[in-house]
Amino acid sequence: MEENRFFVDADTLSPEALARKHKLENDPTCRTDPTQYLPGMEVLQSDIRERVLSQVASYDPARYTASDVRAALERRTCTVEDLKALLSPAAEPFLEKLACRAKAETEKHFGNTVYLFTPLYLSNYCENYCVYCGFNCYNRIRRGKLTAEQTEHEMQVIASSGMEEILLLTGESRSQSDLTYIGDACRLARKYFRTVGLEVYPVNTDEYRYLHECGADFVTVFQETYDLCAYEKLHLLGHKRVFPYRFDAQERALRGGMRGVAFSALLGLADFRKDALATALHAYYLQRKYPQAEISLSCPRLRPILNNETIRPMDVGEKQLCQILCAYRLFLPFAGITVSSRESARFRDGIVRIAATKVSAGVSTGIGDHESKYAGESAEDRTGDEQFEIDDARSLNRMYRDLSDGGLQPVLNDSLYV
Amino acid sequence: MQDTWTLGGRTFTSRFILGSGKYSLKLIEAAVRDAGAEMITLAVRRTNTKESENILDYIPQNVTLLPNTSGARTAEEAIRIARLARELGCGDFVKVEIIRDSKYLLPDNAETVKATSMLADEGFVVLPYMYPDLYAARDLVKAGAAAVMPLASPIGSNRGLAAKDFLQILLDEIELPIIVDAGIGRPSQACEAMEMGASAVMVNTALATAGDLPLMANAFRQAVEAGRNAYRSGLGRVLTRGASASDPLTGFLRD
Repeated sequence: MEENRFFVDADTLSPEALARKHKLENDPTCRTDPTQYLPGMEVLQSDIRERVLSQVASYDPARYTASDVRAALERRTCTVEDLKALLSPAAEPFLEKLACRAKAETEKHFGNTVYLFTPLYLSNYCENYCVYCGFNCYNRIRRGKLTAEQTEHEMQVIASSGMEEILLLTGESRSQSDLTYIGDACRLARKYFRTVGLEVYPVNTDEYRYLHECGADFVTVFQETYDLCAYEKLHLLGHKRVFPYRFDAQERALRGGMRGVAFSALLGLADFRKDALATALHAYYLQRKYPQAEISLSCPRLRPILNNETIRPMDVGEKQLCQILCAYRLFLPFAGITVSSRESARFRDGIVRIAATKVSAGVSTGIGDHESKYAGESAEDRTGDEQFEIDDARSLNRMYRDLSDGGLQPVLNDSLYV
Repeated sequence: MQDTWTLGGRTFTSRFILGSGKYSLKLIEAAVRDAGAEMITLAVRRTNTKESENILDYIPQNVTLLPNTSGARTAEEAIRIARLARELGCGDFVKVEIIRDSKYLLPDNAETVKATSMLADEGFVVLPYMYPDLYAARDLVKAGAAAVMPLASPIGSNRGLAAKDFLQILLDEIELPIIVDAGIGRPSQACEAMEMGASAVMVNTALATAGDLPLMANAFRQAVEAGRNAYRSGLGRVLTRGASASDPLTGFLRD
């Protein structure tokens, strides 16, 4: 993996900033230890990380054969070994069969329902340098964050489209989007939406409890990659660099009272088969420890970002992505699977018939441009630039109609905040 | 004489209850018109607050609403959801459903007993969804349940009456209506539950996923009626509790 394929220098950086950036990129000795917690970070006594990482360390996808895959497909309960076989290259020729099994499991647990939600980006300020991300602190983008009035206005626009579930997102900046800022946004969101989820920087248990009390019930944290060596080279600066703190975020969220948590690797950053295994096991072990937790998985692949031509989203092909999602479905038949608008309408329409249970609609990854997008105008007046480029730009109405026409049942809400 | 049964002061002739989970206008139409459903479950968490697609609008006036507490993980949460249902205008019936396991979705009997007791005290007609355990069923009777709703097999498994022997114990021992809930995947399984003596069955997925909704709804109506008639005729008991021997074992007895 050529980790430096992501490096892009913005022409507006000061010489000092540029020098610091280059030093971080090229001199590993100047980077902090990614396993060391920073002051204020809660340390959990949990064995889940060790259990996941030891399984991943011993996983050699090339060792599995067609007969392992056949056996896995025959078994009623998919074991960890079966999952490893289903994620291996040996399972690729069985994709259609895998999809049939996955479809049957999805229908057993979810019928023909597909849940809809939309993300709302509150702020794109970020203090991390994650080399593949459009929000990274060295990238030259228009930064912005919504004021309370703007947030409420965006929510009104989204709610008027009929949406009942919202996912609130921020870049990772505790100074620009502090806990109170996020909590206030949750309180506002509860006025307009039945279900409020968060995808913000990881916080401590008591802080998750505070956010839960403000109205959030679901927490999504992407580990990006479970390969510590790759993680260290991709997350060069900031809180996010602390690998174990991020890993334990979902467990802290559950201890803080959240109803559900979501997991994901950003496929394509490291060996995607190992990352897919790690993601599934992370969810699996946590659900065993907290059986009431509602769990869900996402499956983003790298998308092009502003100012960076070197990101190739096709590193993980659609067939491999489908294979991963089918393997997730057989291993965790009860888990929600979300497919974001990073993927094309064609892919999303197909995968909701097989394994996915939730899709976003009416998506904008910029800051403050829902009104212009929903009204079909250009987004000249938006407050901040986008995190990544989306592919499937369908509105809620269009998505609702397309799903219904395809014989599926769109569901706008399936959760109660109690 | 018409074969009716009573719950919470209401009399029903239909013994087919539509469960929640999958909803559509067509499903509700088929359940009411073709399966004869007089009671329909409603997941409070699924109801829309917005004007469009509100499930409440789909359900005919003469059908009894059975809101459920799905999403509740504790007795306390179930009580809050039940009160919310009442506020939404769903009436006094409530199906208590408390689940603390996201993988198997098995009901937690202990919490269910607690919630049943408190909701019955508040005047609800409480129908608790339960794992078929005799002690828990007796506790539910004491707690003031109007009926008990044991599962037949794990929800969504389509495995039919996997818990048949335990359902039979409840049918034999519990003097409340027993509604068999969860796991009925086909009309023949509904028929079997009715033959055993269940007061009613609850079905959703098996109907919702049928190719021809009205036809499958009609099949369920016939199956439920057939099973009920078999039970009333006493045939089921003769078949399952041993036939008489041609040379009676007690033939040696003298007056």
